[in-house]
Amino acid sequence: MREVELLIIGSGPAGLCAAISAASSGASVLILERSFKPGGQLIKQTHMFFGSESQYASYRGVDIAGILLEKLKEYGERIELMLNATAVGFYEDNVVTVLKDEKEYFKIRAKSVICATGAFEKSLAFPNNDLPGIYGAGAVQTLMNVYGIRPGNRVLMVGAGNIGVIVSYQLMQAGIEVAAVLDAAPRIGAYLVHASKLARMGVPILTSHTVKEAIGKDCLEAAVVCEVDERFNPIPGTEKRFDVDVLCISVGLSPLNELLAMRGVEMKYVPQLSGSVPMRSENCETCIPGIFVAGDASGIEEASSAMAEGYLAGLCAAAKLGYAPEDFEQRRSEYLKQLEDLRSGPVGERIRAGMKISQL
Amino acid sequence: MRITKHPILTFERGRELSFTFNGQPMKGYEGETIAAALHAAGVKELGKSSEMHRPRGFYCAIGNCASCQMIVDGEPNVRTCITLLREGMSVETQNGKGRIK
Repeated sequence: MREVELLIIGSGPAGLCAAISAASSGASVLILERSFKPGGQLIKQTHMFFGSESQYASYRGVDIAGILLEKLKEYGERIELMLNATAVGFYEDNVVTVLKDEKEYFKIRAKSVICATGAFEKSLAFPNNDLPGIYGAGAVQTLMNVYGIRPGNRVLMVGAGNIGVIVSYQLMQAGIEVAAVLDAAPRIGAYLVHASKLARMGVPILTSHTVKEAIGKDCLEAAVVCEVDERFNPIPGTEKRFDVDVLCISVGLSPLNELLAMRGVEMKYVPQLSGSVPMRSENCETCIPGIFVAGDASGIEEASSAMAEGYLAGLCAAAKLGYAPEDFEQRRSEYLKQLEDLRSGPVGERIRAGMKISQL
Repeated sequence: MRITKHPILTFERGRELSFTFNGQPMKGYEGETIAAALHAAGVKELGKSSEMHRPRGFYCAIGNCASCQMIVDGEPNVRTCITLLREGMSVETQNGKGRIK
């Protein structure tokens, strides 16, 4: 069986930063990535990031992926990136089972593991929500920004949070009509700077609206929406029909961390972090020593905090393996400070509450 | 269905590849997934669900939801949203659970 020092599962923003951080301290790292392309969801993000310089503010996600992958190369053989490799099991003796290229199945034993497995798009319940043409907003983003393919001709976006509004704008950049954006909440969840861009382009943002049903035989032909009252109950007589061939669902994400649950890490349902998450220390370490979590797998936030958490988890995991750099304490407090800044203000209120509940 | 003009991105497509979809000859490009190539050709229905045999398209495009499973070169349950297209591939819609031969 192959033995590794540090195994990182996932090569998105959290996983890549964790690898760079741990390798820079001297640890040997193996990264598992289930896709044929590293970078996670960064590779489809064409918008510029907010935040501060340390999280590559004003760079586009797709460019950040490139920068991090270049950095990875600086560490040569100390970091191995294995693509098309899905971690399918995580057992008591720290053995991770891997399915590679859908053919080879093998085991890896790791001294330390960082789970940076990201998140998954939620769905929404309404009649015919399974018709082809109804896609996750992230899926539509992948199709148009990674492959350059139009998801359809006319789109109705469900969800006026940051992802819904940003993807709507990107759809229009690609020359696709956005009929409207709706959200069941009475207010727009996205940052105003994103939402006003859409409003200026004439896209109606319908708050207190939800999808009543989708219509179509083999694929989506139309969607009926209606208003909801303050308790989110549909108001009869307010139905509107939109003839669209794409319905984009952007109603949030759930953390993907089944591997940690399988390993026996203490988990807790934390609504503020959008699902079941592992309990962890300030250093991103779970209740099992040497097993860490970083990024959306520990609770839904943004790529900026995923990167900061990745750096922190990588630093602390390496230190536990005996590779503590001289400036360990200084770097640790720097990453903690970055996270505190990213979670500050009214926008970070929910996250701060969630962090408190999930702290060991 | 392909985007030709974009204000931020340029799409460098690989060489053209031939494959079949339910026996029909199709074209795609190297570097794109099976589901992407099919979508570009206007194919949204990739299979049927296992109980009610309702049409299925992809949903997540990151290999997580299993909605895009098809029969590829005779092998069922292939996640076509994360499987790269190859020259000469035979791609078929899958009706329900796949049967491993």
